[in-house]
Amino acid sequence: MALAKRIIPCLDVDKGRVVKGVNFVDIRDAGDPVEVARRYNEQGADEITFLDITASHESRDTTYETVERMAAEVFIPLTVGGGVRTVDDIRKLLNAGADKVSINTAAVFNPDFVKEAAERFGRQCIVVAIDAKRVSGEGEEPRWEIFTHGGRKPTGLDAIEWARKMVDLGAGELLLTSMDRDGTKVGFDIELTRAISDAVSVPVIASGGVGELQHLADGVTKGGADAVLAASIFHFGQHTIPEAKAFMKEQGIEVRD
Amino acid sequence: MNTVAIIDYGMGNLHSAKKAVEHVAPNCSVLVTGDAAKIREADRVILPGVGAIRDCMAEMHRLGVVELVKEVSRDRPFLGICVGMQALMARSEENDGVEGIGLFPSEVRYFGDNLTENGERLKVPHMGWNEVWHSMDHPLWHNIPDGDRFYFVHSYYAEAAGNPDMAGRTHYGVDLAAAVAKDNIFAAQFHPEKSARAGLQLLENFTNWNGK
Repeated sequence: MALAKRIIPCLDVDKGRVVKGVNFVDIRDAGDPVEVARRYNEQGADEITFLDITASHESRDTTYETVERMAAEVFIPLTVGGGVRTVDDIRKLLNAGADKVSINTAAVFNPDFVKEAAERFGRQCIVVAIDAKRVSGEGEEPRWEIFTHGGRKPTGLDAIEWARKMVDLGAGELLLTSMDRDGTKVGFDIELTRAISDAVSVPVIASGGVGELQHLADGVTKGGADAVLAASIFHFGQHTIPEAKAFMKEQGIEVRD
Repeated sequence: MNTVAIIDYGMGNLHSAKKAVEHVAPNCSVLVTGDAAKIREADRVILPGVGAIRDCMAEMHRLGVVELVKEVSRDRPFLGICVGMQALMARSEENDGVEGIGLFPSEVRYFGDNLTENGERLKVPHMGWNEVWHSMDHPLWHNIPDGDRFYFVHSYYAEAAGNPDMAGRTHYGVDLAAAVAKDNIFAAQFHPEKSARAGLQLLENFTNWNGK
């Protein structure tokens, strides 16, 4: 018996509401992130990830408030990301009740920010989000690059080298999203997940592309991920967290009941 | 009124621990404070901690928390959490060796960069939900099934081997002390405030415990 692989529902939050809403079997269009987090907690989710997708200055206060309300009633780990740029942003999120913060674009523009954050708050609470896109052609050795701005802007950075660098600078965990797969429902980029997971010593969360339960299991068994993150598969009542866990357990994956 | 003081020495987020205790014990007054007088007056004391042990110990020394912990841990229910547990040990090998408060004789060790299990590499930090097996009967395990999972996040651990005070054991490449207990002191490597049902039960047990 060993450490359980984690299942993490992800809430994309815009101005204090879960984007597109979430339909649970018996609750329609639950757009309040705290209500949604509470339901996932009751279902046995292992963590919650909260991404502030607007992350404008105006929406920040709403985010702190929402995180604070969530932390007051959901007693599982909470990761918050979106627009984290300064040590002060991190301090405010942690004080509001986040357990980990996810740094994305700011790490690309200023890698030393990751180091500063890890030294200041401990690496256990610093997640670096890596958005990677396949840039190799058909039949070539696979290669992925880091993209910013929702996958629109290439940076020229090799994803595997970047992942290693982020861990060296202090990332305690990597949230790896395949920009090719995000929103497609055809499954994780398994080769990418495996390549990054093998390259680093810290846990890797696979994200981007989950459309069915088999994809979650594949992320762990084939991709070597320590945790799997998904949104729509859970949000619209297609599957519950217990269904996902039962499925993974059948495939021999250790999960928390 | 039953009061619980969570010692604030400037390290990390204490909000979660406070909210979790308030959630399970609405009749308790929960203070997050660095004020020695208030901590001395509390019925129960929690020592949390995150981050690097050197920084935690440095702040505890600077703010007089080390002496205060030695004092208040003598006569009332006392709970250490995560680095707050490691700080109670004799010594940690983190940051080239740091002396702890020394309420327990154990040493805190690093998992290492090449931790494996059955030939497979294990990631460090040990992050996520792992099973905790009771190694002694204790009031804080009340209503918690043996082998229930708690949330861990740490790279250093107190050894299980030869540990006379071990209250709970977990396996991650090596056997580690998930919890230790002695007299009125209980300390956990995992985060009860982040461990859903099992963790809330442990905190509720703590607020009901008379320290015996």
